[in-house]
Amino acid sequence: MATQQTRTLARFMLAPSVGLLLIWMAVPLALTLWFSFQQYNPLNPIRDGFVGFSNYLLFFNNPAFLWSILNTLLIVASVLVITLVGGILLALLLDQPMWGQGFVRILVISPFFVMPPVAALVWKNMIMHAQYGVLADLMRTVGLEPIDWFGRYPLLSVIIIVAWQWLPFATLILLTALQSLDGEQKEAAEMDGANFLNRFIYLTLPHLARAITVVILIQTIFLLSVYAEILVTTNGGPGYASTNLPFLVAQKATLEFKIGQASAGGIIAVILANIVAFFAMRAVGKNLDR
Amino acid sequence: MTLKTFLLGACSLLALGGIASAETLTIATVNNGDMIRMQKLTDDFTKKNPGIDLKWVTLEENVLRERVTTDIATKGGQYDVMTIGTYEVPIWAKQSWLLPLDKLGADYDVNDILPAIRGGLSADGKLYAAPFYGESSMVMYRKDLMEKAGLKMPDAPTWDFVADAARKMTDRSAGINGICLRGKAGWGENMAFLTAMSNSFGARWFDENWKPQFDQPEWKETLDFYVKLMKDAGPQGASSNGFNENLALFQQGKCGMWIDATVAASFVSDPKNSTVADKVGYALAPDKGLGKRGNWLWAWTLAIPAGTQKAEAAEKFIAWATSKDYLKLVADKEGWANVPPGTRQSLYDNPEYQKAAPFAKMTLESINAADPTKPTVKPVPYVGVQFVAIPEFQGLGTTVGQLFSAALAGQTSVDDALKQAQDAATATMTEGGYIQ
Amino acid sequence: MARSVSTRRTAVVTLVAWAVALLIFFPILYTIITSFKSEQEAIQGFDLIPSFTLESYRDVQSQYDYFTPFMNSVILSLGSTILALIVAVPAAWSMAFAPSRRTKDILMWMLSTKMMPAVAVLFPIYMLFRDLGLLDSRIGLTIMLMLINLPIVVWMLYTYFREIPGEILEAARMDGASLWGEIVYVLTPMAVPGIASTMLLNIILAWNEAFWTIRLTTTNAAPLTAFIASFSSPQGLFWAKLSAASTLAIAPILIMGWFSQKQLVRGLTFGAVK
Repeated sequence: MATQQTRTLARFMLAPSVGLLLIWMAVPLALTLWFSFQQYNPLNPIRDGFVGFSNYLLFFNNPAFLWSILNTLLIVASVLVITLVGGILLALLLDQPMWGQGFVRILVISPFFVMPPVAALVWKNMIMHAQYGVLADLMRTVGLEPIDWFGRYPLLSVIIIVAWQWLPFATLILLTALQSLDGEQKEAAEMDGANFLNRFIYLTLPHLARAITVVILIQTIFLLSVYAEILVTTNGGPGYASTNLPFLVAQKATLEFKIGQASAGGIIAVILANIVAFFAMRAVGKNLDR
Repeated sequence: MTLKTFLLGACSLLALGGIASAETLTIATVNNGDMIRMQKLTDDFTKKNPGIDLKWVTLEENVLRERVTTDIATKGGQYDVMTIGTYEVPIWAKQSWLLPLDKLGADYDVNDILPAIRGGLSADGKLYAAPFYGESSMVMYRKDLMEKAGLKMPDAPTWDFVADAARKMTDRSAGINGICLRGKAGWGENMAFLTAMSNSFGARWFDENWKPQFDQPEWKETLDFYVKLMKDAGPQGASSNGFNENLALFQQGKCGMWIDATVAASFVSDPKNSTVADKVGYALAPDKGLGKRGNWLWAWTLAIPAGTQKAEAAEKFIAWATSKDYLKLVADKEGWANVPPGTRQSLYDNPEYQKAAPFAKMTLESINAADPTKPTVKPVPYVGVQFVAIPEFQGLGTTVGQLFSAALAGQTSVDDALKQAQDAATATMTEGGYIQ
Repeated sequence: MARSVSTRRTAVVTLVAWAVALLIFFPILYTIITSFKSEQEAIQGFDLIPSFTLESYRDVQSQYDYFTPFMNSVILSLGSTILALIVAVPAAWSMAFAPSRRTKDILMWMLSTKMMPAVAVLFPIYMLFRDLGLLDSRIGLTIMLMLINLPIVVWMLYTYFREIPGEILEAARMDGASLWGEIVYVLTPMAVPGIASTMLLNIILAWNEAFWTIRLTTTNAAPLTAFIASFSSPQGLFWAKLSAASTLAIAPILIMGWFSQKQLVRGLTFGAVK
């Protein structure tokens, strides 16, 4: 009986948040879908009206389109790799006994609290600036030409900034998981004479599987929509070298005011996100069910 | 706390904010020095106009432009006064998005506003925006370095002279770059400079039938010249340098020459912020002997969106901020050199201003030398010196700016950049219905 | 012998860890240092010792009163977090303790709503907000931020609640506890750490949301993200002022994060710790 009651109550309690999300999902999505079949340019409304799939065609034919897909995927993949590898190494390091562990941890997680535009501004002006950045100063001190980060390596620069923001998140989750590893198991492995590498591969890594999955899932959601960092630093350039899909959509919407094309781009982004999510879930999703 | 009390609380907070003052003007403006100064001087306005409160939204240029355009295009009604540029004014006036300014007051003296600027802000004989400050571009150079290179800057140099001088002044081991030019992508960044420069090389964006012209030799010559010059004599990381970055470089004594906005003159000659304040000379923007100089014309203006309920108060504010009295107010508080320049003839006739601003004469000449209605050597169907006053230009200009920025960074060749620019422009113009 | 080896080892680990930590923290540290320099000093080259002038802070404050955007950031992030929890706790609860066959799908679908690029819906949302009179209102933005973060909140709570063993509920039921009694007296005390860390994470995400908070506000509701947007690239030298404004914008959340990191970590595991 209790189960029946619980079930009913559960449905009842589930209703508001699912309802809210449904509205949140449905209304903008419906609007976007509708606009994606319209020519709608508030700055030049003469030709507005239904245009069928031409917005999608225009978006596909945009020379920046393929670049933007490639860059989107590159950003997601590289940042995931950097933060996971870096996160595991950092977690292993922070798991060792040391002096001032609490303070070290505070320092390491700090970037996570910095808002994206501030992070981008700081990296752009204080660190990577080709004239006044700390890196330029450093290069000059050792007698080298400073690197023009945003001109030479635009996408890499964006990736570095974004990875810096997300590294603490990965480290925190992995560290917590690492700390829950059974000490006895570890000791037993040590007794068996397993060296560090073997212990890591056969004991630690499987233990971290679920934490890694969580990192991938959460970060992918945010990394697919990186925008502020690009807007502040490279503005998508030079050329299309650092234009990702959200940035391209933004350019259509807020610079060219081609709302129809921007909406088409939004729909394409949702589809891409779902494809990525589908493969991500196939690859790592089973870890979540353990 | 339940949801209901929370909502109620939040609502009453909002309501209180709404009733507090009878008439509050919300003013959107850009975070440039002159506007920030205006913000600090508003006491003078509120004292003279009791009952009007001012609220400021100060944003970085690109964010500001996005915000006000979104708002006016959707009739959001969030602002009562908007700071917009000479690019937006004709387009928005045509859409009837702006209210004409016809009650600026008896002593406003509209005819005192420089004709080159006023022309771009009027339609059908009505003024749709009042200029807050105006600018052209000119050459700022280091007299000492020029002398060291054994050269003498003429008042009206040619591009060849400038390029030659830049290469001779360059001394990278001493951290001196012969010339600093804009490279950061954007229709108002590198494209403002490059479009103005291309005008003097005889290039144009479109022919009389709106056909893009990036496949013509004039553009190739312009871009080649620019990329080579910057490679030989420009600073590191030039492809991400905009006005600000170059200003900082020049103020630190790292540029021999800098071709940019005339308003920069008051910054580089300010001993408080500039290490080279006493060594700066000024000259007109260079030419190629084809009859056009590479200088632009721009003004930040104040306008009233058609949706506002507070048009009368808004117009009062605009009359105050763009009046002769405002110029005097700034002069009294901060000195003549800090007065917003480039809008009124009377300012340039004022001997005190001439004394305080050694760059005044060159600024006025540069502004008067620009002609937005006939910007190029060959005829064009558009208005605007460093821009094309059509709504599509923001997007197209930025795309082309990206391509040219990539050419400067060495990521693409000049030929590829021009070809892609031609394709992008053709696509945009076809889509906009200008060409078939 | 063994002791001295382990001491030496600890010393090496400490040294390496501190070096790495300082490297990661360096951009923030250098921003804080630069905020106490004059504009001239700020571009003079690398220097870790500022002249401790407050000039930049004075300039920033005189241009944009810090108090209003600060209060707005506090109100928006707290408000949206409380709203999100009110909606999400019951939902996560029922998903964890009375799962149906579709629970997993609903969860995944909730998360996928987060993947829509915000800017694609800027115009539709802007017009919607205009029609509802919500532009530049704290209430509108609070709801917006709540909806944006709701999927993450529901998911975090779900993974946390799921770790609470079912046997405890059974035992309580045997004792004749009503459903509400079960929730209030048995589950709530166990769930508090999870809710606390969810709350903290949501506050951080809401505080740092920089798209809608700039696009949907003008003056009344503008939080610290808008404050930063007015300092991002003005004319003239701005490195010190930018640093001061940045420091002001991130300091509150940074300090909150430092003090609450233990609570934050507990729920951030998303059930990754068994």
